Order: sequence, then C-alpha cells, then structure tokens
Amino acid sequence: MAEVAITAHEVSKRFAKHTERATSLKERLVRHKVASADFYALRDVSLEIARGETVGLIGANGSGKSTLLKVLAGILRPTRGTVEARGRIASLLELGAGFNGELSGRENIYLNASLLGLTRRETDALYDSIVDFAELAEFIDNPVKHYSSGMYVRLGFAVAVHVDPDILLIDEVLAVGDEHFQRKCLNKITEFQDAGKTILFVSHSAELIERICSRAILLDHGNVLFDGDPYFAVEGLQKLLGTDRPESVPDDGPDGEVTFGDVVFSDRAGGEPVAVFPRDSPFATSVQLTLGAASAVALDHVRAVVLGVGDIPIWSMPMGRDDLPGAEGTWQVEFLVPAMPRIKGRFIVIFQLFTKDDELITYHRTQHAFEVESEHEVGIMDVAFTPHFAAVDPS
Amino acid sequence: MTATSIEARSRAQSQVRRELLVGLIRKDLKVKYQGSVLGFLWSLANPLLLLIVYTFVFSVVLRNGIPQFGFYLLSGLLVWNMFSGSVATATESVVGNSGLVKKVRFPLGILPMTAVGFNLVHFVLQLLVLVVVMLLTGFTSVISPALVLLIPALAVALVFTVGLSYLVAALNVRYRDTKHIVEVVLMAGFWVNPIVYSIGQVTKQLDRHGLADVYYLNPMAGVTVAMQRALYAKDVVLSNGTHVLADPGYLFYFERLGVGAVLSLLLLWLGTRTYHRLSADFAEEL
Repeated sequence: MAEVAITAHEVSKRFAKHTERATSLKERLVRHKVASADFYALRDVSLEIARGETVGLIGANGSGKSTLLKVLAGILRPTRGTVEARGRIASLLELGAGFNGELSGRENIYLNASLLGLTRRETDALYDSIVDFAELAEFIDNPVKHYSSGMYVRLGFAVAVHVDPDILLIDEVLAVGDEHFQRKCLNKITEFQDAGKTILFVSHSAELIERICSRAILLDHGNVLFDGDPYFAVEGLQKLLGTDRPESVPDDGPDGEVTFGDVVFSDRAGGEPVAVFPRDSPFATSVQLTLGAASAVALDHVRAVVLGVGDIPIWSMPMGRDDLPGAEGTWQVEFLVPAMPRIKGRFIVIFQLFTKDDELITYHRTQHAFEVESEHEVGIMDVAFTPHFAAVDPS
Repeated sequence: MTATSIEARSRAQSQVRRELLVGLIRKDLKVKYQGSVLGFLWSLANPLLLLIVYTFVFSVVLRNGIPQFGFYLLSGLLVWNMFSGSVATATESVVGNSGLVKKVRFPLGILPMTAVGFNLVHFVLQLLVLVVVMLLTGFTSVISPALVLLIPALAVALVFTVGLSYLVAALNVRYRDTKHIVEVVLMAGFWVNPIVYSIGQVTKQLDRHGLADVYYLNPMAGVTVAMQRALYAKDVVLSNGTHVLADPGYLFYFERLGVGAVLSLLLLWLGTRTYHRLSADFAEEL
C-alpha cells in the first residue's frame, strides 16, 4: 500500500445527550449522580487512507459522517481510539465559517486564510487567484453581509482550496452554489487529485461520490458498514434507505444447476482484467457458466446488461439460442464491444439466463465494478443498443 | 523532515499565530466602530463619562479632598478598565465564537488573547491621551523618574489579566455561571481597589487589624497604587492626615509588584493549563 495519510484506530465518539448535559453549576451539582444517557456517534471505526486517495463518506442522516470528519480534522477529540494524520489538513466543514458580515470580502479573505494557517505574505501571493476563482472582483470591497448566499459560498470555497493542504476534508458543502460554480469546484478537486492530494468527502449525491471517488465508506449508526468500491457503497446505502430495487430471483437457479464463476472485464477478448477504461476503448466481459443437463435444455438465450449506480441499465447485449452450446458443461461466455459508448462513471454487469418463453432462469450480478473515463456525462440518450459480438467457447 | 525545515515550519506557525491574533483584534476594533461617525473616539467616551460622574461625586458631593481628582482617578482607572474589560470580554470569547470553534481547526489559545489585545489597544490610546492632557494643563509632575514604575506595573497587570482571562474563558464553556460570577466579582473589584478613593484611607483601617499585607495579595491593588505613583506622582497629604500615594519612594512598589508578579504567574500557569485541558472538548461543549 502506498504511503498512509490518515489512520484511525478503533475510534469511538460518545456524546452526552443534549438535554442531559449540565451547562450550569447548579445542574452539575444537582444532577451529579444521574447517569446521563449516552449516544455513540462513532463506534470502533478503523480506517487507513493512503496518500492520493479520494474517499467518499456516505450514510443516512445521523450516521456519523460529519462527526468522523470532525474527529479526523482534530476539532473533536475521540472518546476512545487514536487518529493520526500526516500533512497539512484543511477542513471545509462549513463554507465561510469565520466570515464576519461587517468586514469586506478582502478583509475576510485575509482573516479566513489566517485562520486556516496562511501567513499574510502567502495570502498576498494568492489574493488575485482567490478573487478570480470566487468571481467577486467587482464586490470584493463590499461588506460580505450584502453578499448573496452563492457569493458567500464561492468566497469560502475559494479561500479554502487556496490553502494548498495535503489532506482536504470536505463536508456536504458543494451542494450550494449554482451549476457553473459546482463544476468549477469539481475541477478544482480533480486538480487536487492529480496533484496527489488526499481527499475525504461527505456527500449525499450518489452520482458525485461515484464519479470522483476511488473508494467509498458507508457509515450506519457510527459503524463502518462497507468500505470499498463506490458502486457497492452507494448500493448499500440505497438498501439501507430502502430506495434500491427489490431482488426477485435468488442468485443460484432453483435447482442449483447453474453456477457462475469469475467475471472478467478487459479491453479485448480473453484479455487481462482492466479496472479503468479510457474513452472509446474496446470493452470485453466474460463469465464462467456451468450448466447442468436440465438447464442446458431449458436455456434459450442470455443477456448481459451493463448497469450504472442504482441498477440503472445502460446498455444490453443479447445472445441468441444459435450462439449457445445447448449442452451441459462449463463454458466461458464472452461479450465484446468494439468501442465503449460515451459514458462516464462506474458500472457493473448483470448476466441473465432466459427460457424460450422469456422466463428468467437465474441471473448473476458482478461483485466488482469497472470505471469509464470520459468527458461525457451519462445521459438518457446513451441507454441504447451498442454494437457488439457474442460468442461461446468450451472452457 | 530535516531539523531546519521543522524549525522553519514552527517559525512560520508562530508567525501565522501572531498575524491571526492581530487580524482578529483588528476585526473586533473595526466591527465595533463600523458605521459610527466618531469611530475610535468613542473609546475615550467611557473614561470621560466616568471622570465626570466620579469627579462630581467625590470632589463636589463627598469632597474627599484629593486635588485634581480627575487625574488621580484616571491614573488608576484606565489600567483597571483594561483588566476588567479584558476579563469580561474573554469570558465570552470562546462561547461567542462557537461557529468558529465548531467548524474550523485553528489555535484556540488565540481567543482569550484577542480579548486582552482588544482592550490593551484602548488602554494604550487612553493612556497617551491622559498624559497629553496632563501636560497641556500644566500637570507636569507626571514627568518624573517614577514613570519607570509603569513597566513592572503593566507587566504584572498583563500577566494577571491574561491568566485570569484564560481561566474564565475555559470555565465559561462548561459552566455558564462563570459569566455572572465574573460580572459580580469585577464590580466588587472596582471598589476594593483604591481607584476612586486614596489608599491611605484604607491602610489606616487595615493596619489596625494587621491586614495591610493581605490587601496586596490582590495583584491589582499593587498595580493600581504603582500606576498612581507613576502618573499622578504627587504625594499630597489630605486634611485627615492620610497620604494620597501609598508610598513616596520606589522600593515599596517593587515589593508589592513582586508579590503580585508571583501570584499572577501562578494564575497564568493555572489558567493556561485549565484552558489547554478543557479546550479539547470546546467543540463538543458548545
């Protein structure tokens, strides 16, 4: 593993319930013996984040995402466990925290930069770039109390990203601001990624997590429920929230006659596994399929469907009766696309087996995702037939 | 990391801290006088008003007989205002900045210092005005070697102020009663120290009970009489036979300030320690 940027070891954070907390001397004296009900925002969270990783933190409201960020940022002290971070940390927990409405934009830039650890001289050097990024040159000498909320956020983000941290912790702050500015923020984050900086990122936007993170952590009631590929983290969250699609058929066939083996994503037929595909790259996926006697007879056609996060079908690749062996045994089923459609994001494949009457025999979802890099967003027009070839060979 | 780069880093950090402190003080000053026509001149209004009221009460109504009572009053009052203003502002310095404490990681020790710095700026300005006015009105006794006493007196006052500021700022986060206790204590402190009356009127009583030394266990008492020796400087004998100044010499003051310095340093240690210990939980308690 690469150099470690953040280590959290069995971190727990306990809060006294607000109503139970004594904030006056009298309460403290009177209630001294009353055991206050405690609430664990984090329970034994352990994680290691390598330098240069972009990690998404997702979870329902109250799952402990913000608490974890605050603990990692050193704002909250863990009740138990240890946190270690290497490098300068900048946390964007709230844009414009520390801004004073009476002061001008210019004065707030200097004050905020100073709070985030920049010297005056460093700020001098960055000043023009900050104002430029925030697109506030015209209003920079006005008191920020007259700013719109969008302008406020722009200024806050502009200062924070210019601090040049090694580790950037971002709470759900990008949701504010118009689309133009959001894009700008994302570009800045991409810049940070290219510069090898570590980013930890809280968002409710599954699309955003999936698009910019190489890894995602799913929190639930202070526990790490999942830590790995963003596709499955988002899926896990959707299951938690009950917004996933219910599964109707179990993975194995009813009689256990069909078994699926390893799935490979590659850029050519029979090639080595590939995780990230550049734009317009060829795409091949294969699965090992073992058929029993009965299912070999029942099987009429196979379909491989590429799915985006939330099991949104992107394209479908059918394979007809004529291409299938029609006999029991273990087969390597492979689908090949000469050029990836213009999509971007993380995807999985589901293989579906049908009878002649179009009844689903069984299906198999891949347990890992592949990523496609492209300037294009996934649009509704991309859900279309994609030219492909299909073949079956003895395995 | 090499030794030199660690050194450079820590130098940069202390520079950031200094600049942040200055920046926050400037912000507070600016915000306070924003939009007011007279601006900073208002910082002179409070002592001026007190001057008028107390001169009326003590020279006209009660006739305590101290000549040029205004100058006497301000000699002790300005440093007291610096102290009490700092402590009162510092009490709220963490609680009042909860938005910052909860959302940004920055050196928290800055907050009480900002309160002290803010009041110190006012004090220095008021002190300059006082000396200028003294000279303009022919009160030339202010220019004397006794001015040297300003240095130890202000040093003790600052250490005491900073120490207490840290203590109350930290305690107020956990016990909001602190604010109310501080208010009452500061009010009492104003009358306990020989600011509106002369020290001679107290020592007569204290001496009788052998409590003269106990009185100076309050560091601000030593500071106040030293400030009066330095600025008012005239040891007038009043009609009731008491002296306006605590002592016409210097040694007396150095001794009292020495005691005050030891106590203030102890308080500074206690205050910063308490603050440091409690500050890890500020974000949670707010």
